Amino acid sequence: MSGKDREGFVLGMRHGIPIAMGYFAVAFSLGITARDCGFSPLQGFVASITTYASAGQYIGFTLYAARATLIQLILMTVITNARYLLMGFALNQRLPEGTSLGKRLLTGLTITDEIFGITIARPWEVNPFYPFGAFVVSVPCWSVGTALGIMMGNILPAAAVSALGVALYGMFLAVIVPASKKDKIVAAVVLVSFAASFAAVHAPVVSGLSAGNRTILLTVVISSCAAILFPRYEKGENNEQ
Amino acid sequence: MSSNLYIYIFILTMALATYACRVFAFTVIRHPIENRFFQSFLYYVPYVTLAVMTFPAIIEATQSPLAGAGALVAGILCAWFGGNLFLVAGACCMSVFLIELVV
Repeated sequence: MSGKDREGFVLGMRHGIPIAMGYFAVAFSLGITARDCGFSPLQGFVASITTYASAGQYIGFTLYAARATLIQLILMTVITNARYLLMGFALNQRLPEGTSLGKRLLTGLTITDEIFGITIARPWEVNPFYPFGAFVVSVPCWSVGTALGIMMGNILPAAAVSALGVALYGMFLAVIVPASKKDKIVAAVVLVSFAASFAAVHAPVVSGLSAGNRTILLTVVISSCAAILFPRYEKGENNEQ
Repeated sequence: MSSNLYIYIFILTMALATYACRVFAFTVIRHPIENRFFQSFLYYVPYVTLAVMTFPAIIEATQSPLAGAGALVAGILCAWFGGNLFLVAGACCMSVFLIELVV
């Protein structure tokens, strides 16, 4: 690890703390589902530390309870996590040219909605050790939270679950709001996304899709429109109109 | 096959399928893509994805929708005035806690 790597790692760990808090609360409620689907605390812990994907695990647990086949599991997992593919493409663009395969794979392994969110918000070039630092802090919390949820069910007061549950969204806002403040086009894109997302929850057909697939559909449509209407220029170009 | 072994095979399959999604782009593309549309598209992707995932989910995440709406406003204000990640997340949590005490 070079000095720059260590610096990135430590910063990633610091930025991972709010993620870890939010994960703990969400994983706790995921644990309650896991218990209902027949998972022991150890099995829930192993599932969380190897998969660390909220929607993906939720689907996986319910498929297990429904005695689904491994083929069905693979299909549903890929469909639910297809947004990670897009995130991988976006992050891949931001690695310095000539980054080793090992570091590329390391960056890929850290992808979760939240870690991707803080990583993509970094200034242009991404050091793989930054998301890895966040990963090291937050994924253990995710896993322990799942196990505790399975063991203790509804012991955590509802008020605490409710309050901790919005920590994740706070982190998303910390990424999109400063970017919107700097760039009016991003602000407009964010507002359109809010409105479209709200509409999609209530619209016929689209509302029948899973939340993960609605996210993919809206991301592809809105980002494509924005890219056609307001193309960006150089890489690293920082929004001065 | 014992059911304990089977559940671990199930867990391993889920993990591998998820990893495949995560690392796919990194294994097939070694050089940044220069295409202007693709670059522009990827520039907007994170903001759109995060915005879509935030709203209206934040309002549905709390016991009372009012608390979620309060967290949204608190988070936007805090981030607008330069709050860092930790501060913004904390402001959201605190506002939910306080609003739900009252409501």
